[in-house]
Amino acid sequence: MKVDLTVNGNHHAVDVADNALLSDVLRETLGLTGTHVGCDTSQCGACTVHLNGCSVKACTVLAGQADGGSVTSIEGIAEGDDLHPMQTAFRANHALQCGFCTPGMIMSAIDLVQSAEEPLSADEVREGLEGNFCRCTGYHNIVKAVLDAQANM
Amino acid sequence: MDAETGIGASVLRKEDARFITGKGQYTDDISVFGQTHCVFVRSPHARAKINSIDTDSAMAIDGVIRVFTGDELVADGIGDLPCGWVVNSKDGSPMVSPPHPPIATTVVNYVGEPYAFVVAETLQAARDGAEAVEADFEVLEAVVDTATASSSAQIHENAPNNQAYDWELGDKKATDAAFEKADHVTELDITNNRLIPNAIEPRAALGSYDAASGTYTLYTTSQNPHVERVVLALFVNVAPEANLRVISPDVGGGFGSKIFIYAEETAVIWASAKVGRPIKWRADRTESFLADAHGRDHVTKAELALSADGEMLGLRVKTIANMGAYLSTFSSSVPTYLYGTLLAGQYKTPAIYVETQAVFTNTSPVDAYRGAGRPEATYVVERIVETAARELNMDPVELRRKNFIPPDAFPYQTPVALEYDTGNYAASMSKALELADSDGYAARKAASEANGKLRGRGYSCYIEACGIAPSQLVISLGAGVGLFESAEVRVDVSGSVTVMTGSHSHGQGHETTFAQLVSDRLGIPFESVNVIHGDTGRSDYGLGTYGSRSIAVGGSAIDRALDKIIAKGKKIAAHMFETTEDQVEFAEGQFSYAGSNEPKPFAEIAGAAYIPAVYPLDELEPGLSEKAFYDPKNFTYPAGSYVCEIEIDPSTGVTEIQKFIAVDDFGNIINPMIVEGQVHGGLAQGIGQALLEHCIYDADGNLSTGSYMDYAMPRAADLPDFEVDMTSTPCTHNPLGVKGCGEAGAIGSPAAVMNAITDALGVKDVPMPATPHTIWQTIQDGA
Repeated sequence: MKVDLTVNGNHHAVDVADNALLSDVLRETLGLTGTHVGCDTSQCGACTVHLNGCSVKACTVLAGQADGGSVTSIEGIAEGDDLHPMQTAFRANHALQCGFCTPGMIMSAIDLVQSAEEPLSADEVREGLEGNFCRCTGYHNIVKAVLDAQANM
Repeated sequence: MDAETGIGASVLRKEDARFITGKGQYTDDISVFGQTHCVFVRSPHARAKINSIDTDSAMAIDGVIRVFTGDELVADGIGDLPCGWVVNSKDGSPMVSPPHPPIATTVVNYVGEPYAFVVAETLQAARDGAEAVEADFEVLEAVVDTATASSSAQIHENAPNNQAYDWELGDKKATDAAFEKADHVTELDITNNRLIPNAIEPRAALGSYDAASGTYTLYTTSQNPHVERVVLALFVNVAPEANLRVISPDVGGGFGSKIFIYAEETAVIWASAKVGRPIKWRADRTESFLADAHGRDHVTKAELALSADGEMLGLRVKTIANMGAYLSTFSSSVPTYLYGTLLAGQYKTPAIYVETQAVFTNTSPVDAYRGAGRPEATYVVERIVETAARELNMDPVELRRKNFIPPDAFPYQTPVALEYDTGNYAASMSKALELADSDGYAARKAASEANGKLRGRGYSCYIEACGIAPSQLVISLGAGVGLFESAEVRVDVSGSVTVMTGSHSHGQGHETTFAQLVSDRLGIPFESVNVIHGDTGRSDYGLGTYGSRSIAVGGSAIDRALDKIIAKGKKIAAHMFETTEDQVEFAEGQFSYAGSNEPKPFAEIAGAAYIPAVYPLDELEPGLSEKAFYDPKNFTYPAGSYVCEIEIDPSTGVTEIQKFIAVDDFGNIINPMIVEGQVHGGLAQGIGQALLEHCIYDADGNLSTGSYMDYAMPRAADLPDFEVDMTSTPCTHNPLGVKGCGEAGAIGSPAAVMNAITDALGVKDVPMPATPHTIWQTIQDGA
């Protein structure tokens, strides 16, 4: 099927299988391999991207469902050489080790902070990131990073 | 040194630049021209005879290129997956290692064991093909339970009683004598729950064969690509070693599970030559659960002999270790030399005797998982010490202090083979108690009680042997590999430096830490150092990363190579100063000579090395590039004191960790930020083991916890903030004084959590994981 997508500001008309997932299209068709796939049950969150401004697990969205939509992946959040405050905060707070969960974690965290009406507490950040696994950091520094970024977003 | 980037500075990581922007290159991110896809066909039975496999329907599917069965690999001379460490039983006989063909041929022995694989144009076609493979199985009785495996149906023809080995360590007679004179004996029957490592990146492989040169290239998710290469070449017979390049690019966590040589990469690299095209495979998470090596799974009976005033006199431990269906790459060493040797803990217990019976079951192979044997040892020692204190009505802190090996007793020979080089256990304990606000505990406990909650506090004083390992010692104990590390330091003409290391980073931050080390010693900018790892085509044979060995062994190898660089630099400088090399000093990046007021910066000497105008070439070769292979003289012995304070809601059984204090002694530290991060991650896995994680097979050998819907991985809200601090007694036998930090958190934390929970509940033992249901049931049973 034909699917029209705007990904990180670029328009793509792609021809994909009916059962193709958004994660497949990003990774295999468009070569945007920053979106990682870590499970097959929508639990790990490594594939999190923004679809029309909201975080979604790209392994759980059919490409056809995203037709006409606007997708932002980890490759699309910096403005030129200026990193997004969440990216900067992850590095500054050593909130990543192996880096595999990091793109999804950053995309979830951005949506979490942007959607909050009031500044989030540490506990709220922990609850808000329940859809993303990290096996390396014990989340300690991820929570610090999100709170840090929140102050700069 | 540069205070901002040198040794001891929390330098932000170089590798983060690519990871935070989605530019990392993990195995599954790499695609090559003409690539095909591979799906494995896995056994639905825990134990069955394979009568026949029909691949015709699969071959008929559009896009399927080839379907391979195990017989084809055997016919082509592909060997079994070996276990690289031979452990002997008490009677001196070597362990039983059953045949382990990469792709099963006549029998399957665990659910998920591959018995065929499909190569196709697309992943979808490969999946469809795998669905269409039909096998006729004769289902046999499965053996699952660790404790009763030796009296169950025999799985392997050559393994009576399903026993791999029956091993012992320590002086049985002296230990029995200690129990005879004891005033008190504490007994504890405990299990160490089976875990699934769950690196978030699933294993993957991309194999290709270049017919023109006869060479193979394998990209794979390995913690030790050189070991992968030598095993595939020498034991599995895929290709001559020189014709096989193994590249382990960015790897998304390992925790031990990516040390081992598995069926999948073996099949992919072998078949790439048969198909004549590259083949890619990436595990689904379900496959990770089924076919990654699992961890732990011990059933133990422990006894501690004490005097009336709490002196520990003897320890007797009998453990049954579940090895799964086959002996994985280093599995045999885990419940023996990485376990029994650690049972002295931080204590001067004079007599220790341990027996380990390793048994086969129809479950996925079990091998090293973060800590590997040492978490199991710490769990036994620290649970029984705490239990003994309660039975003797002693403060568990005082009981420990009374029995600590004192700082002036090092080097200390334990009764279980190890010689600890250094340590100060009481210092770590004091710091941990201070951070834990011990004085305020009574008030906090009273407040909990007033709220209808149960508060408890537990300690764990772990020791580990890491910096693995002195080659000749481990070879004498049965290891089939040396455990040194390699390093090459190439100084460029301009004075920048490229380091090739045999260590491999899959989250540890070597590109940063090793660069700090080089920058500090050579006095050159941190940014001028580039660290290369994970490619057998670029670096010398090395042993990889596991056992908290990278800085202690890999870092020491780099340090040795730097010694050689500096020594040669002095020779070159001596010619420039027109003096002798013993008159040349090197400090702060400058070569200097007392007879000259113009020191030579490192970069100038580097240039002179490659533009050899000033020194005689018959005495000194041009260039400035040096290698070192560092073999450690001993293990290193990180140790620490952990305190966990928890509160239980008796109406729900939910445990909340109120405080977790970790004070570790890792000796000297290159990058405190990275070290603390390693501790955090280890704590999360240890707390996960204590409260959440449990790999469960049903009685027929089906994996009940085969997805993230069933296996409880710690999420952010399940864990507390950690309070992490350090003490330091530098390692005495490596040039950096470092000990290693990767596993400590996972080793020390389960006992601290479980000691706190049993304290709160006033019971002797609660099995891990202490889920709300388990705790609620424990409370009901006692009510």
